Amino acid sequence: MNYSCSRYELKCNECGKRFGNQPLSACPDCLAPLEIAYDLEAVRGIFTRENIAAGPANIWRYAALLPIPDGFQPDLPVGFTPLVRAKNLGLRIGAANLYVKNDAVCFPTLSFKDRVVSVALANARRFGFETVGCSSTGNLANSVAAQAARLGLKACILVPADLEPAKILNTQVYGARLVRIDGNYDHVNRLCTQIADEYAWGFVNVNLRPYYAEGSKTVGYEIAEQLGWRLPDNVVVPMAGGSLIRKIRKAFNELIYLGLVEEKPVRFFGAQATGCSPISVAVKQGTDFIEPQRPNTIARSLAIGNPADGPAAARMIRETGGWAEDVSDVEIVSGIQELAETEGIFTETAGGVTTAVTARLYSTGRISPDQVTVTCITGNGLKTTDALADRFTHLDVRAVRPRLADFNAYIRELDGIAEPELAIAGAE
Amino acid sequence: MSIKVTLPAAFTRHTDGRKHFDSSAGNLPGLLADIDQTFPALSTQIKGDDGKLRRFINIYVNDEDIRFLGGETYAFQDGDEVMLIPSIAGGSN
Repeated sequence: MNYSCSRYELKCNECGKRFGNQPLSACPDCLAPLEIAYDLEAVRGIFTRENIAAGPANIWRYAALLPIPDGFQPDLPVGFTPLVRAKNLGLRIGAANLYVKNDAVCFPTLSFKDRVVSVALANARRFGFETVGCSSTGNLANSVAAQAARLGLKACILVPADLEPAKILNTQVYGARLVRIDGNYDHVNRLCTQIADEYAWGFVNVNLRPYYAEGSKTVGYEIAEQLGWRLPDNVVVPMAGGSLIRKIRKAFNELIYLGLVEEKPVRFFGAQATGCSPISVAVKQGTDFIEPQRPNTIARSLAIGNPADGPAAARMIRETGGWAEDVSDVEIVSGIQELAETEGIFTETAGGVTTAVTARLYSTGRISPDQVTVTCITGNGLKTTDALADRFTHLDVRAVRPRLADFNAYIRELDGIAEPELAIAGAE
Repeated sequence: MSIKVTLPAAFTRHTDGRKHFDSSAGNLPGLLADIDQTFPALSTQIKGDDGKLRRFINIYVNDEDIRFLGGETYAFQDGDEVMLIPSIAGGSN
């Protein structure tokens, strides 16, 4: 199952040992998480602005710094999602230089998980797995199911039983075997580590995790390239397991090392829901120690009470001079609506978290209005419409007769209702 | 009193391939002492230089993280199923 590659291999960040390339996520000696180490000198002269610009308009333009086995021909145009200037949202929250990285429209399954899965499955195939799987809070399930179908791999996916119906349907439609587990994500995740011990399956976020996690770097590469090959002052990133925020920084550091961008300090800000905020709490308390929590939030895609990369994420956030915040479920829904109403971007609950936290970081002065700030939207609102189900009941849903007079009367009626009354009606 | 301990495959090279064993330990420190006696090589693997359990290992008792039960102060009950798992996997938005 092993393969050798001169560009990259598994390395333990704790004890420094290297392990070639194999489906392995923990150091056999000290049990620390393994990561992919690159020979950056080997890609100097290859990973250049010019070569990247000549590549396809998707994450594979950065393939030289992704752990993609030789000979793998990626054919899905994953990533390269829009980085949009958020002037309207900025006006509302006091930000003059705010950008939204919009992975709500990532291909093929409308979340940033498409990036990590595409890299993981390239390796699953190289390792010879016929069945792949994951533990998931939804978005990952969707992406593994879709991309496994495309690659002709079988998929078995484990999710918490209370997952949003849209995310369950969006997994089953691809023909994946979906197993609902009577427990929360942390229960599902633990079970998957046991299954990976017993079954010869490639679990993208268990035994393929080091490869999978590298896919997140493409968010960082894209942000830098889309800003005209410069780094932002601040990045706001939602945190579940704590991996994405670290990988964006890894991407920035690689770009600096290879001379594609000028070195500058970038502050990283983490966003969580108060109902599942172990990393945010650690950052606020100034510790790397993660106290596990039992999640209770509508932001189910961030509901990981015992985040594996939490200690490293908390440490990294503080190192950069950043901060972490968490917001209530009410604020999450408001965040979803605010982003939709100002920028026309419909995000899921995790994006509501990120938007609400971004607003708070400005209001508390943690981020200055003029600084270039990128807020990362990682998923699509169509998958979590239930979170908004009761927000629009104040609108009269009765059908209007197809007559102009009736329409006029109806509009007058709507206009006649003052804003405060609308809010009151909505709260009932 | 006896508890049933389950180990991940990554640990079994220090236990002659055994994934399960029984212990009469009364709590987590007792279990670690038991492992020290029975599987000294495993003990070296799961404990750091400071003699404490490495931070990359999570311990579960009957599906519950032992930290929710009081950690080292939790008194094992007869028949408890105790599992040691590397904290590797995580994050899956």
